[in-house]
Amino acid sequence: MEITSISNGIIIDHIQAGSGLKILDYLNFDTEHGSVALIMNVSSNKHGKKDIIKLENYENVDVNVLGLIDHHATVIYIKNHEIVKKIKLTLPEKVTNVLRCKNPRCITSSESVPHVFNLADAEAGKYQCEYCDNVA
Amino acid sequence: MNLQGRHLIAPLDLSVAEMEGLFALAERIISAPEDFSDVCKGKLLATLFYEPSTRTRLSFEAAMLRLGGRAFGFSEPSSSSAAKGESIADTIRTIACYADIAVMRHPKEGAALVAAQSSSVPLINAGDGGHFHPTQTLTDLLTIRLERGKLGDITVGLCGDLKFGRTVHSLICAFARYSGVKFVLISPDELRVPEYVRAEMNDFAEVRDLNEALPDLDVLYMTRVQRERFFNEEDYIRLKDSYILNAAKLRNAKPDLMVLHPLPRVNEIATDVDDDPRAFYFRQMKNGMYVRMALIMSLLGKGQF
Repeated sequence: MEITSISNGIIIDHIQAGSGLKILDYLNFDTEHGSVALIMNVSSNKHGKKDIIKLENYENVDVNVLGLIDHHATVIYIKNHEIVKKIKLTLPEKVTNVLRCKNPRCITSSESVPHVFNLADAEAGKYQCEYCDNVA
Repeated sequence: MNLQGRHLIAPLDLSVAEMEGLFALAERIISAPEDFSDVCKGKLLATLFYEPSTRTRLSFEAAMLRLGGRAFGFSEPSSSSAAKGESIADTIRTIACYADIAVMRHPKEGAALVAAQSSSVPLINAGDGGHFHPTQTLTDLLTIRLERGKLGDITVGLCGDLKFGRTVHSLICAFARYSGVKFVLISPDELRVPEYVRAEMNDFAEVRDLNEALPDLDVLYMTRVQRERFFNEEDYIRLKDSYILNAAKLRNAKPDLMVLHPLPRVNEIATDVDDDPRAFYFRQMKNGMYVRMALIMSLLGKGQF
């Protein structure tokens, strides 16, 4: 399957097969900005299968949220057909208003405060609520 | 070492050296309380209690009065603007206009952190739901230190509600940093310690039988199964009498065992234990006032060590 390259924008590569839709859903891209392409189940030397997202004319994406959904992915920034920056995603140390605390005894269930989670165990990908320490 | 202006929200907010400094100051206060009778003259302590308390609130108020300062506040949310729906952040902003230091207890976990984020005066967490209660830990550790001369190289049994027990969570997190501390966690499966507390321990065992664990313990920390932490009354009723310590069971314990309890107790320690020299829970209460005096002084910049 052939997908044309983009001259300006962002490519999110090496997404674990199946996570592409989740990323699109989470980041809720505004398609008025430019074209958005999701390519699923592409053959990959590294992972066997992978997803790719191409965002034409986009300059920024939230790498924290991307890292949380799939920290194996790579974000490639393209300008005038050239790769100007490449970011290998990692699990973010802190995320705000992405995860929600499910502990009914947590203060976030009754006060209007941001839902903040800190990375507690990078190996297991576990996050802990900043307020009640419950694991997400 | 200077704690002036700091908050105390979680047990790990204080380093081991800072805790030791507070204990040393508390011991100085115990030996000559009159020397400290006006060190906080002109200072005001606010007590914000959204949940009932006898010992913690009164010991904080007594501590401030004994330091020459004064205390004011509310002991139930219905007598504050919380009843009108005011946020914690707005309440603490208000209190910070009037007081030099504040103490807060709240039924929700993390409430003290939310308050601290909006507080311009030192804020002390006096219990946030089933999460943490760091000043009870200072009380517990001071009591052990006074009796044994040191903290460390010790086997500590914690018995009862280890899931919702904020005093248990705080004590484990703070105590685990000393060398040679072994924990024996005695609870039914439903009330085991949460993951974030478990992660702090290096050396621990989990058992269900108090009698089996008792002979090896240097400290037995009993806790109440707390009705207010359960959403389901049936679960509470099923678990509330899981562990009861009495004089007969203590026959198998070491002669120098220390039985501690953050109090209040319901029936988990029978009254026939009260006169046993190994019962430390009433002495523990008085130590709570002294260590809170040391803490208030330090956070107000009156007790450098």
